[in-house]
Amino acid sequence: MPPTTSAADTAPRTYAWEIRATGLKVRAGRRKTAVDGLDLSLGTGVHGLLGPNGAGKTTLIRSLATVLRPAEGELELCGTAVGARSDLRALRRRIGYLPQEFGYYKRFTVREFVEYMAWLKEVPKAAVPAAVQRAVERVGLADRADHRMRTLSGGMVRRAGIAQAIVNDPVLLLLDEPTAGLDPAQRLRFRELLQELGRDTCVVVSTHLVEDVAAACSDVVLFAEGRLLFQGTPDELAAAGGPGHPGDSPLERGYSALLDTRAQRGGNW
Amino acid sequence: MSGEHASAQLIGDYARGDTAPAADVLWALEAHLEACATCRGRLAAAVATEAPVTAALVDTVRAQLAPQLAAAAPRSARRYRPNLVPRRLTPVAAPWLGTALGCTLLALLLGAVAAPVPLGHASLLVLVAPVLPLGAVAASWSRPLDPVHELTASTARAGLPLLLRRTTAVLAVVVPVLLLGGGLTGTTTAGQWLLPSLAFTATALALGSVVGLTRAALALLAAWCAAVAVPAWFADRVPLVLQPGQLPGWGLLLAIGTAAVIVRRHAYEAL
Repeated sequence: MPPTTSAADTAPRTYAWEIRATGLKVRAGRRKTAVDGLDLSLGTGVHGLLGPNGAGKTTLIRSLATVLRPAEGELELCGTAVGARSDLRALRRRIGYLPQEFGYYKRFTVREFVEYMAWLKEVPKAAVPAAVQRAVERVGLADRADHRMRTLSGGMVRRAGIAQAIVNDPVLLLLDEPTAGLDPAQRLRFRELLQELGRDTCVVVSTHLVEDVAAACSDVVLFAEGRLLFQGTPDELAAAGGPGHPGDSPLERGYSALLDTRAQRGGNW
Repeated sequence: MSGEHASAQLIGDYARGDTAPAADVLWALEAHLEACATCRGRLAAAVATEAPVTAALVDTVRAQLAPQLAAAAPRSARRYRPNLVPRRLTPVAAPWLGTALGCTLLALLLGAVAAPVPLGHASLLVLVAPVLPLGAVAASWSRPLDPVHELTASTARAGLPLLLRRTTAVLAVVVPVLLLGGGLTGTTTAGQWLLPSLAFTATALALGSVVGLTRAALALLAAWCAAVAVPAWFADRVPLVLQPGQLPGWGLLLAIGTAAVIVRRHAYEAL
């Protein structure tokens, strides 16, 4: 029987928070500072990242995925400081990332694609077939595993994207708009998967759907104009809103109440 | 594991489950069962004879599970044979590699039609050879060309080793074809283009760490065409920079490019 644990699994954690940002600034493009002085600490659990369009959610997720380097401030992921001269290899093995615009090779089968991603993430060679099968089963694509990516529907492609993100059993899982394109039944399954993953993983889910946050997240991070507006449980977010605020559910009212406290700029949208 | 096994009495008790053994005995027995196939076999036999209720329960579960298991999609029976091609070369580089090979063939054909005068006039192959690998090299680490670049850039393998692996794969395809083509037509000698080709690739990688590989390759391609290839083609002579006497210069460029890549090796993780 192959060993089911490795030294990395049983090593003691030497950090308090999976994500710890202090005064973090990240640029999107040359000029725009999309994340502007963010202080944030996130531990194990499912964290919903909410915010209006252009709030800097994607830029924040990309910097957490180590694709973008912070321009200023400190960012510590799983105890490793991300900076200009840090060695990211060991850290990146423990990150799972689903980008907003998920690109893939159309001629690959789902299994080939997830295997390829597992190889890129340096999953031990002997563990790859089992890890791939497990990831594909967890997103409910086992019956489509040997179909080519180009034959899949949009929702299935999204699920293949989630499968590649979880194939390396990440400690830090970053999902940028994962529910886009999923039908309601798949969305329910996905929320269950999120809750399951959140038990031992730090999951950051960026979304603009407040109901996703209510159903699956243990923690809400509200983000606007590159700054942290609110961090707390979904219940606390709901409590922030009164009957006078626009919205169809307590969470939506809380969301608009917190956003209203900022000066409204740029019209009604 | 020593030769000691659990007694038949103990296994019988365990199978029946009516007289609970002491916690420490139970713990030791189960630990032993996990590791000892012989005792598991004896337990299975004991369950069948001593505990018909348990055996019946197990059979019921099996009978109920069987249709579900039959309906579940089994993992394909093929042995695990990973697709090795993408590990060497991204699929998006393939068309560029095809283009490079097509250019080589075209240049060879044109060269074969014209009268071969070694080192006398400009062979098209010599003019295009230095920049042939650039397209495929650029495609091997490029945000605009590679749909999976965003994902790749966040993985552990991202960085110089992956880039070098892909560049080597490109050169391993392009260089032999050029060698073969040059040898067949006899219009070119390997020394004329091999070193410039490698030097250009190294320079593209080095510049790529600053401005991005795609831009670096495009700039080099444009510079080569404008400054050397097009004038030489119209003048119909081997350009000065490709004369055998210039080889030390190309060697120097290759060395500088390689050194720059080594110095900037950490920059590739964040391209």
